[in-house]
Amino acid sequence: MLLNASGCLDAITAPHVAQALDAFVTKTVTPEPREGNAPTRIAETEFGMLNAIGLANPGRDAFVAETLPHLRALGVPVWVSVGGFAASDYADTCAQLADVTIELNLSCPNVDEAPESAAEIVAACRRTTENRLYAKLSPHSWDLAETVRAVEAAGADGVSLVNTLRGASLDPSLRPTLARGTGGYSGPALKPVALAAVLAARRATTLPIVGMGGVRSGRDALELIACGANDVALGTILFADPDAPARVRRELVEEAARAGFATPEDAFCTALGSVAKMVN
Amino acid sequence: MSRVARERRRVLAVEAVGPYVLVRVDRGGIDPGAPGQFFMLEAPGRVLPRPMSLCLAPPGELAFLLDPIGPGTRALAALERGDELAVFGPLGNGFRLDVPRPVLVGGGIGVAPLPYLSEALEQPPAILGFRSADHAEAAALVPNAEVVIDPVFVTEVLPEDRDVLACGPEPMLEAVRALRPGAQLAWEAPMACGYGACYGCVVEIDNELKRLCVEGPVLSCS
Repeated sequence: MLLNASGCLDAITAPHVAQALDAFVTKTVTPEPREGNAPTRIAETEFGMLNAIGLANPGRDAFVAETLPHLRALGVPVWVSVGGFAASDYADTCAQLADVTIELNLSCPNVDEAPESAAEIVAACRRTTENRLYAKLSPHSWDLAETVRAVEAAGADGVSLVNTLRGASLDPSLRPTLARGTGGYSGPALKPVALAAVLAARRATTLPIVGMGGVRSGRDALELIACGANDVALGTILFADPDAPARVRRELVEEAARAGFATPEDAFCTALGSVAKMVN
Repeated sequence: MSRVARERRRVLAVEAVGPYVLVRVDRGGIDPGAPGQFFMLEAPGRVLPRPMSLCLAPPGELAFLLDPIGPGTRALAALERGDELAVFGPLGNGFRLDVPRPVLVGGGIGVAPLPYLSEALEQPPAILGFRSADHAEAAALVPNAEVVIDPVFVTEVLPEDRDVLACGPEPMLEAVRALRPGAQLAWEAPMACGYGACYGCVVEIDNELKRLCVEGPVLSCS
């Protein structure tokens, strides 16, 4: 299944891009409306890009009343990315959502984080919703396998890996390019981080994994599947190429055949067997 | 409404215009759109494409004027005849053309959309400001242009009773807006996608942060 990474597509503005995916993941919804961070919000770097959008969104009441009905009308399954600043924020939003998959954004690098652990937030949400619940985790985690086991024990139905890494860049006069100073680092540079995270998570759990981070091609998607991702999400590539969903899907089949697999699914987890012992 | 397409197109020519570079691309089936609209151009070797307003639309061509000052614009300026690049557009909202007495105002690389705009408005008068005589060579692309060079500013020679359509650096646009509150101004912001996906290009419009790629890049400030 091919999705977009949360934050990388607006299905209302670009419905045809969303309709080329198997499911559309919303930008993160918070309890209150958020205008987001002041510009400058984005910067290209040598091998990726930085963003500090700051979870701009209409807030959960307007999202549920106005945005969500529009999204449902597009005919693409909707995943709602849920964010907040305390476990109760997440849980209260989950309680208002029906018939969607929920992805808990537990790892935005551009806002202050909730004080509770990822597992505590998942547990709080599990008590308020029967929707499928994915935990989107940070690649910064010191022991990712431990975090994955903890969110599974707390009731998560799947994990999404990875969110952006925190990064900074400087302008010619050596001031931070982004108004916020730092942002989330995404794009091609993130792919090795994503592959390692999915490998580590797959060794820790049998839950479904959405792999993402630096996917530009069908080969990149195939590598995530080989590391143990059941589904793959496109992020930064959607900015450069809105036609990427159809292209990556086509290339994925070609690349699987090139690697000797009848289908991309046949490559699932094949990278794990050849690793004797892996750190984290 | 214009049809938006993303196609790989071939470079026909790359020409120096003073310190600027005019990249001429085979138009193919791409709609040139309205003056002031922009295209996302694939910058070879870079992660993100670059937003460029259309400068000229001769038959079979799309031409973009750029200032090679950063890694993306330098990669575009280094293109050669026969190279291919992805061209996505036209995007955003261009200038309203229903103005009785237009004057075009441009500053620096902000003259880029004015040749195509001038053609659409049947060559109205234009006032162009540049930082040097070398940069002012770009004025040759705009018919009926009066040129001023720093330290003279375009606002010093702005005629009365004309409808201003302007593109240039932010301080110039702010100064024009102060003199002509009803002017149509084409703004610039860093963009990752150009089609409303990234929320990176926000600017303050009516006291709210809005996406320039969707709401602009031409804004009326009345």
